[in-house]
Amino acid sequence: MVTEVDTVTEVQARRLGRLRTAGALLRQLTRDKVGAVGLSIVLLIAAAAALAPLIAPYDPTAMSNQRLAQPGGTFLLGADEAGRDLLSRALYGARTSLAVSLVVVGCAAAVGVLLGLLAGFYGGFLDAVITPVTDIMFAFPTLLLALAVVAARGPGTENLILALVLVFIPSFARVVRGTAMSVRREPFVESGQAVGLSNARLIVKYVLPNSIAPIAVQFTTSIAYAILIEASLGYLGLGVQPPQPSWGSMLSNGKAFMELSIWPSVVPGLCIMIAVLGFNLLGDTLRDVLDPRLRGRTNR
Amino acid sequence: MLRITLIRSLTVVPVLFGISVISFLVIRMIPGDVISSIMGQDFGDPAVEAEMRRYFGLDMPVHEQFFTWFGDLLRGDLGTSMRTGQPVLDEILQRLPSTLLLAISALLVAVLLSIPLGILSATRRNGPLDAVARVVSLIGLSVPNFWLGILLVYVFSVSLGWLPSQGASEGGGLLDNVRYLVLPAVTLGASLAAINMRMTRSSMLEVLNQDYVRTARAKGLAERVIMVRHALRNSLIPVVTVLGIELGALLGGTVIVEQVFAWPGLGTMVIRGISQRDYPVVQGTLLFLAFFYVLVNYLVDLVYTYLDPRLRSGH
Repeated sequence: MVTEVDTVTEVQARRLGRLRTAGALLRQLTRDKVGAVGLSIVLLIAAAAALAPLIAPYDPTAMSNQRLAQPGGTFLLGADEAGRDLLSRALYGARTSLAVSLVVVGCAAAVGVLLGLLAGFYGGFLDAVITPVTDIMFAFPTLLLALAVVAARGPGTENLILALVLVFIPSFARVVRGTAMSVRREPFVESGQAVGLSNARLIVKYVLPNSIAPIAVQFTTSIAYAILIEASLGYLGLGVQPPQPSWGSMLSNGKAFMELSIWPSVVPGLCIMIAVLGFNLLGDTLRDVLDPRLRGRTNR
Repeated sequence: MLRITLIRSLTVVPVLFGISVISFLVIRMIPGDVISSIMGQDFGDPAVEAEMRRYFGLDMPVHEQFFTWFGDLLRGDLGTSMRTGQPVLDEILQRLPSTLLLAISALLVAVLLSIPLGILSATRRNGPLDAVARVVSLIGLSVPNFWLGILLVYVFSVSLGWLPSQGASEGGGLLDNVRYLVLPAVTLGASLAAINMRMTRSSMLEVLNQDYVRTARAKGLAERVIMVRHALRNSLIPVVTVLGIELGALLGGTVIVEQVFAWPGLGTMVIRGISQRDYPVVQGTLLFLAFFYVLVNYLVDLVYTYLDPRLRSGH
């Protein structure tokens, strides 16, 4: 009997087949206006982060006597309270923010996908152990969980990454578990089993490829969220420590001198907003292109 | 209904227990332990440290520490602040009203902004108003709330001088209280308003496509009656659920917004605890907020089941 779920999965599998090449996916993404805007923003931020040492006009930590200089003079976007160039700091901040988010979401995806595959494919004891733990972590408000870990371990880049990885694992485990459970019951998996394929092969050959679409969507929206939480913890003084520039700590410094100049507050805030917006737009479009079933669902 | 209530209540218990375990374990992630972390290089006298460790029960095996801590927790004892010597629960209860006031005001801001905008956006689908509302909500979703707070302070406190930039009213009248509350509440409520506007819009569009709306139109009911009686009431069910769930999330969001506005609630208490390494305060407050979050979600779930009969039969 063909159920609705079966049909959707087949449709999805066929779509995925069509989209197998990165070029085809790129075409689909850019055909959508929203997707094109999202992708452009993400590429722009990535380029800014990668090329920061080449394109930044000044050393981001070099102080000058032009404290709180307005934009336009020596410094294109103005200077902060120590006379440091805001543009250079924003570019290097992109580096920090993107690097932390990519490492965090990459690690969380690796662990979460593995846990989700184990729980969803094998079920039984593994599922009974893994799923309640991830559910409880999911029930803990995200920022609070990250705060708790950073509070215990102390501020700093490594602890920030550890905290955020812990926070992001459950959402990946959840998404992959669901797909693994539904794919496991598909006729092609059963026939694979019948011809004697090992479980590991079944997972790599069938279950994982069918989970790629939801993982890709989760990955992109998680990056947006990671940028936001990294900035929040940075603002609270619990993230990447000075003198390394980060958007969150730039904002928190800027706020103290708001009455004298608003630019040290505007520049990093705008950067965070644009980056988050870019990844959100890209994630939304990816969801529409890759996985029509997820349309309209709100992210955590 | 009673059976469902009981079943749902039973599922909440393991989650609360799990959250307690996480809170307990997190504090054990401190490099070294609480005592060496607090004393650091200041004291370093091994005899004093050992005495402290005994006093706080840290010389026991971990599982015994957990059961002692959990037993205290069940009696409502969240420990004592290492800095003020006051019971943590007392400090929490003292500050809870401020945080609740902020969270509820933010919810109110979100509702007042999002539901009318969502309805207008849905009924004028693809028009200019719809486009503007959708762009604004998308931006609202991406703006970090602490940045929005800073910008609002700059405009309304620093430049215009209309509203106070931080703190809370002390013994002032209602109007004075409101003046202090406006900026933090708008800051906290903005992203929720954005999420909720999108939700109201899509829910309203879905309902407007239903057969019963077509029937209502076919029998010649006025558009206003269709909107209010048929569409709005039905489309608000999922919206109310999201709002309820978000009230829990707002309590988490208060941590950072309170910091921006120096609002005397639980958020500033946690951050102060972190900077002073007052671990019982940090652990107690985070646990309290997480419990609150789970309980609010559970209550919303129950209310939702009550409102929507389809869920009662398990479909």
